[in-house]
Amino acid sequence: MTELAQDKMTTLREFMAEVSNKDYAESYLIAVLHKTQELFGYVPRQVMDEASEALQIPTAHIWGVATFYHYFNLEPIGRHTISVCMGTACYVKGATQVLDVLKKELGVEVGKTTEDRLFTLQEARCLGACGIAPVIMIDDKIYGELDAKKTVEIINQYRKAAAESRKV
Amino acid sequence: MSQMITITINGKDYRVEPNQTVMQAADTLGFKIPRLCYHPKLSIEGACRVCIVEVEGQRNFVASCAFPVSDGMKIKTNTHALRRARRDIVELIIDNHPMDCHTCERDGNCELQRLAASMGIRARHFAGERKRYEEDLSSEAVIRNPEKCILCGRCVRMCSEIQQVHNLTQAHRGFQTVVMPAYDLPMAESVCTACGQCINVCPTAAFVEKNYTQELFEQLNDPERVKVVQFAPSVRAAIGEAFGLPIGQNMEGQLIAALRKLGFDYVFDTQFGADLTIMEEANEFLERLQNKGTLPMITSCSSAWMKCLEQFYPDLIDNVSTCKSPMSMQGAMIKTYFADKMGIDPTKICSAAAMCCTAKKYEAERPELMFDGMRGVDVVVTTREIAWMIKSAGIDFVNIQPEKADHPLGLSSGAGAIFGATGGVMEAAIRTAYELYTGQTLVDIEVEGVRGLKGIKEGSLTMDGQEIRVAVAHGLGNACKLLEVVRQDPQRYHFIEIMGCPGGCVGGGGQPYAAINTIPLDDKALKKRAQALYDLDRGKTIRRSHDNPDVQKLYKEFLQHPLSSVSHKYLHTHYKAKLPKGIIPKEAKKIEVTQ
Repeated sequence: MTELAQDKMTTLREFMAEVSNKDYAESYLIAVLHKTQELFGYVPRQVMDEASEALQIPTAHIWGVATFYHYFNLEPIGRHTISVCMGTACYVKGATQVLDVLKKELGVEVGKTTEDRLFTLQEARCLGACGIAPVIMIDDKIYGELDAKKTVEIINQYRKAAAESRKV
Repeated sequence: MSQMITITINGKDYRVEPNQTVMQAADTLGFKIPRLCYHPKLSIEGACRVCIVEVEGQRNFVASCAFPVSDGMKIKTNTHALRRARRDIVELIIDNHPMDCHTCERDGNCELQRLAASMGIRARHFAGERKRYEEDLSSEAVIRNPEKCILCGRCVRMCSEIQQVHNLTQAHRGFQTVVMPAYDLPMAESVCTACGQCINVCPTAAFVEKNYTQELFEQLNDPERVKVVQFAPSVRAAIGEAFGLPIGQNMEGQLIAALRKLGFDYVFDTQFGADLTIMEEANEFLERLQNKGTLPMITSCSSAWMKCLEQFYPDLIDNVSTCKSPMSMQGAMIKTYFADKMGIDPTKICSAAAMCCTAKKYEAERPELMFDGMRGVDVVVTTREIAWMIKSAGIDFVNIQPEKADHPLGLSSGAGAIFGATGGVMEAAIRTAYELYTGQTLVDIEVEGVRGLKGIKEGSLTMDGQEIRVAVAHGLGNACKLLEVVRQDPQRYHFIEIMGCPGGCVGGGGQPYAAINTIPLDDKALKKRAQALYDLDRGKTIRRSHDNPDVQKLYKEFLQHPLSSVSHKYLHTHYKAKLPKGIIPKEAKKIEVTQ
């Protein structure tokens, strides 16, 4: 596991110390998990171990909560998050093909991050852009009227940009 | 006494106690509502919906396990609509189940199978997607097979409420839900103590012991091997159940005879090892008492408790007796004293053990218990496994002529027999420690105060004017509560017995599955099994470990005296803290001491 940033860990420990003194400290578990994801982009195992001690909740129970909510990422996420809209309109217009081509191109399943840590692939419900279905959203940018070829082109744009930023 | 109320079940009025659930009231009136996720010792989950009933005025069917009775309530338990709904519920559960009953370990002992049969499910009307998961074979003791899991949550509740190990959780959600340890760790790397209570309460085969029967059959057929077996006190008190006999029959003689018929050359009794444990443990206690050693001293026989200690109570490791368990002591004596006496090469010995316990499988392979580069016990099988082996080999267990165990490791005192019941080790230790310390005979050797199924038992005795305060806990949850007391008040007790399983070894994770119309870990059953051991004790002329002539001979010929350097080499060990990978809450809230 990669070393967690110390300043972020300090912030989180302070937060856990604060809530652990409150009544029903265990009820702050979700707040702690939110704070963790806000700081690290995901919920690392080391944090769950520490939260277990701080809030006096067995790790198995924390794991149960963390896995229950799709919102919590359990692995580090990539620099860009790709959300594939699986809403009705997109679905009808071929979202599955878009998703399949992404899975193939990136070599990962839904919820997973590419080995180069550039992309995390996710499914989304309606993104509200049905008029240009099928759509994907990369970070906060929407791309519509997609097909397989167009999708790959977009991915390659991001790859190119990432390669260039490395050169600088 | 609270005011009785009137309820109507299936058109007939009944007077019942208030403050109970519909299921509880129905149970007392002879209506056995079908159920699955319910277990009387565990919290109410209300997950399976099998126990639904019709209550007038309620929009939907209600789960009777979670619905309280009230005055004037009109309940129906067996209408056409209810029967259909229940059948559909069970059918839907089965639809997501492997349906490989013929090749399943729990075939014939499966609650789901029985339930399906009682619902009259004779065809499959649903055929949807089915979950697929790999078995977790990592543990030496407990195998987890999520594919057979029906998510009743009994194991999760057992592990956290009764045992308070909190190893299991229901991770993910909906169709993807899986019972697993934290971080989806393999069982071998999790905080699982190998107690096997998840197996006891699992209605299907989602948890089973790691099966060593084939390996043992192979060893039994190896002419190069000298086949030696020992069997725990509690095995004889429960194995009859696996053959349809009533609960609580002592089958010692039949078991010995059957083990010989299976091909064992020597059949020894772990009760001898128990007597030996008492010799060492009682002396260790007296030494600590006289030389101001670490007190309270805590017993170390229970292997699940040892792992619990290492993970969650590392600060108390010095309090734990250095004695190995009776099984491991016996194993060490089989490969040294016995082998030497008989002129057998110890590496040629197959040392097997039939145990009421799954954690003994884990214990047997612990490096801390090895000596001269050898394991004391090579193969551990549970009561369930040995019962199966006996059946599989075509041995008429019920009608077999009883036989006696072999010398020199087969003779035991009554004190060794009661090891299998909670409080038994304490009682046995008191019998010996008192007499060694005072030089006087303990007249009343039946120590009632430490018997029975109360979660934590306390008592005291006076030895030469000194008050010795003792405590006994069974089930790891009760142990945790007792140890919190010890942490806060280390002076409170001198001597503590802890057994990992409810009821002690008689309720072990390797005992026969609950038969039809019985409940796993039912208190009545645990009491009957314990009574079989107390009766065995009472029937013996030798009731104190130090009076066992074979034990005396062993000291004379080999060990010299208790706590000697030879004893230390073969019969004692030291445990080390394990990095906890989970925690036990400081305060066990809500859950009272379990009966």
